[in-house]
Amino acid sequence: MMPNGIDLDGLKKGGASPSGVERREFLKIGLAITGVFAGGTVFSLASNVGRALASPDEVYKKYPYKPHYSMVIRQNRCIDCERCKQACKATNHVPDYGYRTTILEKDVPGAIGQKREFIPVLCNQCNNPPCVRACPTGASYKDKTTGIVLIEDKKCIGCKTCMLACPYNARYFDDEKRSVDKCNFCFDTRLSKGEKLTACAAICPAHARVFGDLSERGGEVYQLVHQIVTPVWVLRPSVGTKPNVFYTKG
Amino acid sequence: MENREVQLSDIVKGVAASFDSSFPANWWSNVLEHLSGRKIFYVLLALSGLIVFAAAMAGLDALNIGHRVAYGVTREIPWGLLIATYIFFVVTSTGLCIVSSIGHVFGLESFMPIAKRSVFLAIVTILAGFSVIFFEIENPFRMAIYNVISPNLSSNIWWMGTLYGAYLVFMIIEYAFLLIGNHRFAMYAGLMGLIAGISAHSNLGAIFGALHARPFWYGPFMPIYFIASAMMSGAAAIIFFTYLGYKLNGEMLDAPMERALEVVGKVAALMISILLFFEIWKVITGLDGGPSEVATMKAILAGPYAINFLGFEITIGMVIPFILFLRSRFRNIGMMFAASMLMLVGIFMMRYDIVVVGQIVPSYYELGVNEYSHLMVYHPSFHEIMITAGGMGIAAMTFLLGERVFRGHKSEIH
Repeated sequence: MMPNGIDLDGLKKGGASPSGVERREFLKIGLAITGVFAGGTVFSLASNVGRALASPDEVYKKYPYKPHYSMVIRQNRCIDCERCKQACKATNHVPDYGYRTTILEKDVPGAIGQKREFIPVLCNQCNNPPCVRACPTGASYKDKTTGIVLIEDKKCIGCKTCMLACPYNARYFDDEKRSVDKCNFCFDTRLSKGEKLTACAAICPAHARVFGDLSERGGEVYQLVHQIVTPVWVLRPSVGTKPNVFYTKG
Repeated sequence: MENREVQLSDIVKGVAASFDSSFPANWWSNVLEHLSGRKIFYVLLALSGLIVFAAAMAGLDALNIGHRVAYGVTREIPWGLLIATYIFFVVTSTGLCIVSSIGHVFGLESFMPIAKRSVFLAIVTILAGFSVIFFEIENPFRMAIYNVISPNLSSNIWWMGTLYGAYLVFMIIEYAFLLIGNHRFAMYAGLMGLIAGISAHSNLGAIFGALHARPFWYGPFMPIYFIASAMMSGAAAIIFFTYLGYKLNGEMLDAPMERALEVVGKVAALMISILLFFEIWKVITGLDGGPSEVATMKAILAGPYAINFLGFEITIGMVIPFILFLRSRFRNIGMMFAASMLMLVGIFMMRYDIVVVGQIVPSYYELGVNEYSHLMVYHPSFHEIMITAGGMGIAAMTFLLGERVFRGHKSEIH
């Protein structure tokens, strides 16, 4: 048995010592299995963007919404200045006890160099939103044009099932509105008034939050997601929500 | 290993022996005898009325100052004691309906004597549950409107609410027919109530089971577990309230009623063994699950919820009652009453655990971020505890009044 020109049987018996070439070939097998061989990106794109949309083919062909609003978070650019949180609160009248977006901290003590990274999180505006399915009165719904998950405040009975259904802890109950509240990509406060960006994306000094139309070829969001060089992922893909918030580094 | 087994069996023998010496001997029978008579009836009625009044004050205060301030629930743990109490009541109601239907819907003679009281109690407990949920839901009045004019048919909570509404109507119709002695129509209404109740209850389980985001709840386990545990609750409630009813009325159990409680006791013991089986496999598969499930299992086995789970839910709610049932040979009613009381305590904790423990592992636990690397904490607030007590008070008060007004739910079904 000599895959890739390595005498594996011989090595197993301990009779032969591996040559330099064999070592390199052996490493390649490992890299191919883990997906790193192809820059790690074939795996990431096929699995993550594919999960985010209905099927991998649809990544390039069809989008459920027009404009298909999405956000790409370039995680390593976030410096935790929290201006996005302030801008969000000011724009959307978010009360002190709640938030629509926040920044999580992750410490990696064993890492070389930088040991902490920041992960901005917000509503993922899922294509398959569990909150919408759970809501008894249809107060939470998927906007048919933009794909944004919206809430019709007056229909919210405050059962809070949506808060439990959401895998991203994106929702809280707003006492003033008497309704559950969450990020809506600034739909009522900015997008519907002609603005092109959400408040958080507009203010971010590091351009960590890239907002736009996922289906617009040539757009920045499109460019960041539809490539195989840099890994792109989504949060909790196993839950099957097909998020429209993507994460990358770079 | 062998030593340990010997010790364990010694402990079990010791526990059984201590029950043996105290059952049916003096102190327990003495306690039970004190329940008879007019005086105790009015004392209990006044006490439960007082609790309901205090709870109503607390509930109104909570409406006034807002749930966020009044209750212990948070963004991460939005469901707490009040949801657990609601579930406790509706599970008991469904269980009363299921177990009693064996007699008055499916015609098994020995179950007949418990029918009227059980149907009445099913109505009482679901009303107690609705009273509690009224204070739990942020906008209960919107619920009444938009559940009707804007239903979401893919929502389990919509189905649960709607079907429980129908269930309540059918149970009231059934009880009315039982009162006027029209057993044919009572049977039809009972059947409709049973179907609505089981459907509603499995939807209640599915509210949890269909939440993919919550590994501890997700899957078909919850609806099945809810139905099975309803039967356990129902059997316990029937024994508990029937015995109590007879004591309060100062009457002796007649032979058919003794026979009925004997079979209900057997149902209770059977359901305990089935539920233990469920719990064991839930724990074993959970320990083999992903990081979130493992963290949950550690919390209930050796963490902050170990006393709730192992102490109350398993030991007090199932193991001790099971031993008591076996030792009672399903004939010593006093001992079975004690078992059913312990079961109700354990079952209440069971509801609390299933609701709260499902939320203690945060959504971003597996992301490894600092904010969510630990379990979330929930403590019931004063308001929540008061409203829970109020629910119990409503159930107690209506039960007591029912015993008087309907004269011990006599007039048997044939």
